[in-house]
Amino acid sequence: MIRAENIFKSFGETEVLKDISLEFKKGHTNLIIGRSGAGKTVLLKILVGLLHPTDGSVYYDDVNFTQLDKKSVREIRMKVGMLFQGSALFDSMTVEENIRFPLDMFTNLTLKEKRKRVNECLERVNLDGSNDKFPSEISGGMQKRVGIARAIVLNPQYLFCDEPNSGLDPKTSLLIDELIRDITLENNITTIINTHDMNSVMEIGDSIALLYEGKVAWQGNKDEVLTSDNEILQGFIFASPFLQRLREAALGNQQ
Amino acid sequence: MDFLLKVPRDLVFHLGRYMIMMGNVFSKPEKMRVYWKEITRQMDDIGIGSIVIVCLISIFMGAVAAIQFAYQLDGQLVPRYYIGYIVRDLAIIESAPTITCLVLAGKVGSNMAAELGGMRQKEHIDAMEIMGVNTSAFLIMPKLTAALVVIPLLVIISAFVAICGGYIATVPTGEITADDYIRGVRAFFDPHNVTMMFIKSIVFSYILTTVSCYQGYFVKGGSIELGEASTRAVVISNILILTADYVIAVLLTG
Repeated sequence: MIRAENIFKSFGETEVLKDISLEFKKGHTNLIIGRSGAGKTVLLKILVGLLHPTDGSVYYDDVNFTQLDKKSVREIRMKVGMLFQGSALFDSMTVEENIRFPLDMFTNLTLKEKRKRVNECLERVNLDGSNDKFPSEISGGMQKRVGIARAIVLNPQYLFCDEPNSGLDPKTSLLIDELIRDITLENNITTIINTHDMNSVMEIGDSIALLYEGKVAWQGNKDEVLTSDNEILQGFIFASPFLQRLREAALGNQQ
Repeated sequence: MDFLLKVPRDLVFHLGRYMIMMGNVFSKPEKMRVYWKEITRQMDDIGIGSIVIVCLISIFMGAVAAIQFAYQLDGQLVPRYYIGYIVRDLAIIESAPTITCLVLAGKVGSNMAAELGGMRQKEHIDAMEIMGVNTSAFLIMPKLTAALVVIPLLVIISAFVAICGGYIATVPTGEITADDYIRGVRAFFDPHNVTMMFIKSIVFSYILTTVSCYQGYFVKGGSIELGEASTRAVVISNILILTADYVIAVLLTG
């Protein structure tokens, strides 16, 4: 479980996050949604420690992450996996070397054991046999899956995903969403996803927080999205007339 | 008034951030084997990758110095073999360490800044940080170690090639006999000059590597900023190398 308590973040005069308090549950896919510029990425970077909050604290299972020294932060980070928006795969390394990198850095496994673990992860993301390809030789969706494989190679307890579906077609987006949800359930990990993909919200949103102008405007789950009267939520999720008609139709069917 | 305050404020900020970065660079590596692999890769990049340009510049450096001195000494009472002696000392004391490192600041330094800057922009550094890697140490320490080993070796090659360049430029053209040139190269040899060459090459390697890595590591923005960081890496390295050259000259020849 990860808890953000009264997080404030300013860049100079600009206040980006204003008193954010959220709890991200274990075994759940926790979504942070909001319009561009709402502060989602800043919040995610604060949660993983890439940015320091101006005020407030982040707790990893009751350990105050924001107060830890560098060594303790690194110890916690070894339990963290992250999928980046652009995948952040190392261009000069093959798929196998990318996934093996955390094993090379932090384990004493033999090369054979490391290869076995890499193959397990590749199999998990349906990319077996892609070991020797370079990131430039595979598609965006495959790069995301390699990113997921690298994120889970050390069996993390916390998984962060920054815009996992950006730049992907709807079908591949669904596959990535399902993969993240399945990995979360299989390993009972705390997963936090930063997204503005509405399919993700409706498919895997076990717990959803909507950020609006640096504040939490709404909290709930995918089932409550349809029925909520929150105007900011409705304006964001069902932004187009087509989606509004879909919502009305869905509500009509429910009644 | 604000501008006047900005300069010292920026200087203190960058100096502080540089010191913190270097503190992290010298912390204990997570896995020595992985670092060693990276060190050997960097040695290959810096050493083998720069040997041709260093030799090319050094041969002309020695040749021009020899011809200029031959011209200056023409008709004077100074013995001709002094050409070899002057070319040797000029190469060892000044041109090999300084010119080689200025050239390497342009070639290797800008490359380091661009590599690290590119990694920052593509979120590679963030990805490593989140894995728990000490990125300053993992990305900078192998470059620094490789540079401290390989650049002094390049400087030795540069000095040797420059002396050969002087020979090629003056002996076949009849400016001086081969015997005289070799006699000059052997005359008045002071081992202290070689020590000075090594001290300079180590200090300059440290400057060009750490300054370039600093510029690349903290890059913000897009491709324009990356280009600016790369240029800044070369300009600042060159200024600091020339300043250090002066300081070392004062300290070691006083």
